[in-house]
Amino acid sequence: MPIQQICTVVSMERLDASTWWMVLEAGKMVERYGLRGGQFLHIKCGDGQLLRRPISVSITGQDEPEDLVTLIFEVRGEGTEWLSQRKIGDKLDVIGPLGNGFDVSKEGRYLLVGGGIGVPPLMEYGECLQWPHTAVLGFRTKDKAFPAIVSRFKEHCEETYLCTDDGTLGRHGFVDSQVREILVKENNFIAILACGPRPMLKSVAKVAAEFGVPCQVSMEERMACGVGACLGCAIQMKDGTMKHVCKDGPVFNAGEVDWDV
Amino acid sequence: MSEKHASHPEAEGIIASTVTQAALTQDRSIDLSVDLAGVVLKNPVVVASGTFGFGREYGQFFDLSELGGICCKGLTLHPREGNPPPRIAETPMGMLNSVGLQNPGVDAFIAEELPFLRQHDVKIIANISGNTPEEYGVMCEKLSEAGVDMIEVNISCPNVKAGGLAYGTRPDLAAEVTREAKKHARVPVMVKLSPNVTDITEIAKAAADAGADALSLINTLRGMRIDVNTRRPILKMNTGGLSGPAVLPVAVRMVWEVANAVKLPILGMGGVSKGEDAAQLMLAGASAVAVGTALFADPRAPLKVRDGLAEIAAKQGLGAVRELTGGVRPW
Repeated sequence: MPIQQICTVVSMERLDASTWWMVLEAGKMVERYGLRGGQFLHIKCGDGQLLRRPISVSITGQDEPEDLVTLIFEVRGEGTEWLSQRKIGDKLDVIGPLGNGFDVSKEGRYLLVGGGIGVPPLMEYGECLQWPHTAVLGFRTKDKAFPAIVSRFKEHCEETYLCTDDGTLGRHGFVDSQVREILVKENNFIAILACGPRPMLKSVAKVAAEFGVPCQVSMEERMACGVGACLGCAIQMKDGTMKHVCKDGPVFNAGEVDWDV
Repeated sequence: MSEKHASHPEAEGIIASTVTQAALTQDRSIDLSVDLAGVVLKNPVVVASGTFGFGREYGQFFDLSELGGICCKGLTLHPREGNPPPRIAETPMGMLNSVGLQNPGVDAFIAEELPFLRQHDVKIIANISGNTPEEYGVMCEKLSEAGVDMIEVNISCPNVKAGGLAYGTRPDLAAEVTREAKKHARVPVMVKLSPNVTDITEIAKAAADAGADALSLINTLRGMRIDVNTRRPILKMNTGGLSGPAVLPVAVRMVWEVANAVKLPILGMGGVSKGEDAAQLMLAGASAVAVGTALFADPRAPLKVRDGLAEIAAKQGLGAVRELTGGVRPW
């Protein structure tokens, strides 16, 4: 069940010109309300913005006196610009936990596939699951592969593959070709967990289907209420029905999504 | 932190669903109840159709019994999946939507949603849209039988091709739909008007003459937003309905015009996010007000509007909030 909670900014770190690492004190949202990585918080971004902004949760931790929640976000418009200007001690009006997060069990190996700002919401999954996982992380360019994020995958995953669109780091190309190469070699993953831009998710979903590996994708859509009331953030399903990012997602089974619309 | 404090939500910064400070300090002698075509609302604040689903989601944030009424998500005779995404675009002090009446259909509402809503002490207003006048009649029949308190006849949805807005922009069609609804409804019928017309009073009069018991206005204003880089409209349907604080002055003006043109009670809506906004609509002639888009910024907005209204009435020395209705003093 979501609650409306006043959260305090306890850390604010700039990763580059447009990317921020923010830590919030969030009451007992982790311990009592079950907030975890891959879910999102709906944050009021000042009085100038009518709508809240959905921000993905990267890392959660139970703590005293309050639980800690890490949000890693990119400035994309006026709302996230406002959010990036918050200082330590500032209060935020937050609704959460919202959304489902990835469906994982303790047993089995997962293949984590992230692209750009879709990488951070996978961090907790690399760290908390007990089996040795493999991660494939894609970035536009070397400078976007922040060591603070990548190092945590390297530390906790058995293997971490890096790809860049421009070839300045790791493999030159998109994550789906790396995923294909991995699956050709060994196909013993219980599922692929993917988060990133829609074109990336579509191509990863295609590879997963080819190899018969279950694939969960975390999707984005323009959102208003965040709680399932307004039906704004619709995603078209293959069977012709609509599902909603805020209530049914953001994580969907890739096989159910209609990728051709 | 002691156990006692730990169990107290406000001690942890949770914005709890208790009565706000304004309500606690307000003069308890103020009567908040209003009469909307014979339906008595315990307070004038209703939530607007399409912003509140069937109550389950926002029911997590406050007790639905605190509201005067709930206008349910718009229903059609058969289930609808609605429009392709994107359906939402934020605009200066407003937002566009093109949800397109996604809903489970009137039968599923009656079977699965109405029993839940009925567990609360709040008036339930069903909102219906039809492809033909006959469909409106069938739905009125079913909903009256199922026991809703009122039916809001939507002749003004800007996001669907069939019916919808077409009925709301032509007086003869508005009258036909109203007559059909009245013929089959055994609860009061409220007709929801579109602002996307040259003269809203023409449609209001047509609905009134056809037997409407109340009017609600305004529905959203048609609008458009374009991404200048891709040169594509943000909404997949290109255009959508504008709501939010940006439309409040239009709503106030139209409620005032309609109140001067017809004698029916009015449910005023459009951009209400605080007590003062609601008071403006009531002074312009509304008997009750609906809160919609403001919910998205603050789930407790309807309660704040209610408390704000009570505070204004108290400051003005009124015995009842309904004394505001029609009280504007035009120049």
